Amino acid sequence: MLPEHLSEHSIAVALAAFDEGAITGGKFDRGELTLDIDAARIVSACGFLKHEQGFVRLSTVTAVDWYPSEPRFELVYHLHSLSHNRRLRLKCKVRGAAPSIDSVCSVWRSANWYEREVFDLFGIIFFNHPNLKRIMLPEDWEGHPLRKDYPITGNRV
Amino acid sequence: MPELPGVFTEETVTPSGGRRMTLNMGPQHPSTHGVLRLLLELDGETVVRAEPDIGYLHTGIEKEFEVKTYQQAVTLTDRIDYLAPLSNNLCYCLAAEKLLGLEIPPMAQWMRVMLTELTRLNSHLVWLGTHAIDIGAMSVFLYCFREREDILRIFEAFSGQRMMTSYFRIGGLALEPPRGWQARVKKFIDAFPANVDEYEDLLTNNRIWMGRTKGVGKISIEDMLDLGVTGPMIRAAGIPWDARKDEPYSSYDQFQFNVPTRLENDVYARYLVRVEEMRESAKIVKQALDGMPSGAWQADAPHVVLPQREKMKTQMEALIYHFKIVTEGFRVPAGEVYQVIESPRGELGYYMVSDGTSKPYRVHVHGPSFGNLQAVPEMVEGRLLADTIASIGSMDFVLGDTDR
Repeated sequence: MLPEHLSEHSIAVALAAFDEGAITGGKFDRGELTLDIDAARIVSACGFLKHEQGFVRLSTVTAVDWYPSEPRFELVYHLHSLSHNRRLRLKCKVRGAAPSIDSVCSVWRSANWYEREVFDLFGIIFFNHPNLKRIMLPEDWEGHPLRKDYPITGNRV
Repeated sequence: MPELPGVFTEETVTPSGGRRMTLNMGPQHPSTHGVLRLLLELDGETVVRAEPDIGYLHTGIEKEFEVKTYQQAVTLTDRIDYLAPLSNNLCYCLAAEKLLGLEIPPMAQWMRVMLTELTRLNSHLVWLGTHAIDIGAMSVFLYCFREREDILRIFEAFSGQRMMTSYFRIGGLALEPPRGWQARVKKFIDAFPANVDEYEDLLTNNRIWMGRTKGVGKISIEDMLDLGVTGPMIRAAGIPWDARKDEPYSSYDQFQFNVPTRLENDVYARYLVRVEEMRESAKIVKQALDGMPSGAWQADAPHVVLPQREKMKTQMEALIYHFKIVTEGFRVPAGEVYQVIESPRGELGYYMVSDGTSKPYRVHVHGPSFGNLQAVPEMVEGRLLADTIASIGSMDFVLGDTDR
């Protein structure tokens, strides 16, 4: 169900009409619209937003680690529509044990490197990714530096 | 010896009976402008497959943001893109100011516009000089670096630093603009359009330059948008998207300038777009110089901005604020923002998450070069090796911006 406070945003209404269970929450804060998306439906939701709502560009994909709370990881997608000149943020929550989500590479090819970066630095697995390997760090690196339990100096735990 | 990661291993035989060759271009190749490694599979002179390999300059800046206070972290943003330090300063400060809800005085906003446009000139000059060297036009480089030196001197006068300026701070500027800055900037900007004419005399109708760049490095508009390309690259393909116009920040909406576009979508068109952008930037600097508002250069926000020395010595409250800001920084309300600006290379985005403490919980930097570089295979595959140099030169990437 679409939360009450999102019903004035046409994108949220359209996405809820396309897939009723896709939106689990959201907010409109400081002029930026954020929609929480059910992690299992991210690919179909993104496909709809790209093809029906004009979000032809994926600006970034990143993650936030809310260690030690659960679900630990939050994946953040920034979408951009050139024709409507608007931006949209999608967020998916992922649990800390063996974190994984479907890749959106089939929707935007630019997701390829963005998701590799998240995989490299957070250790989140993207299913159906064409080339999921480390991008910033050497391939034999241990650990994922942007996790909050990864130390800034000293030995890794 | 362990096998090199990423080397194409399968043996392939071409129709003519020859073997395909894997060429390792970079990470120390001069025309990769930094530490980009390109794996090229060649059939004779033709590139069959290309794979960019990045990460040689990864310094963990995003991790480091999380242990610095908001104001300290400004210095990290300089180091992301050595050709556009002020653009990164600006984007970071705008994101933090959006979280804080700070109003920046007009003088500081205009000063920010003027200096980021000088940064754009600086970046485009280095791009033009090095791109021309790649293609074999040596002398352009010398002209470009002559003007770049003037810009760096202006930066030094403002901030004390030529490259790692950190001149924009959350709440305004780091220092009061130096005495006599108007005359300095005026002298430079009055002479600049004639200098651009000089570069154009050397290149625009140069037959060798046109031969090496026209029709080279084409890539369809759909592919560009799908692969995350922004900035002068898409404007040379006819898409007039520019964050300064479409999502104006720091009072860019008060300036008159055009967004140059071309339709040819090749290396030559990208050259023309950037040259035209230099002329437009010069216009913006001129407008900022002529119409610079007077008044405060820092926001009236004692909990964020350090008090003036004199006040600190005479007023109790100022002393308390000074102590609090220096020892523990200032708290930023919880929330998240994604701030986008137009850096010389394209869309630069800072995603900042605050948990209400005095250090950012997470800062993600979306560097324009990171998106642009993904288009390399699309641009060079199926074309001649020599065109690879021209094509990647036309992207104007900075590896620090890619790897962070």
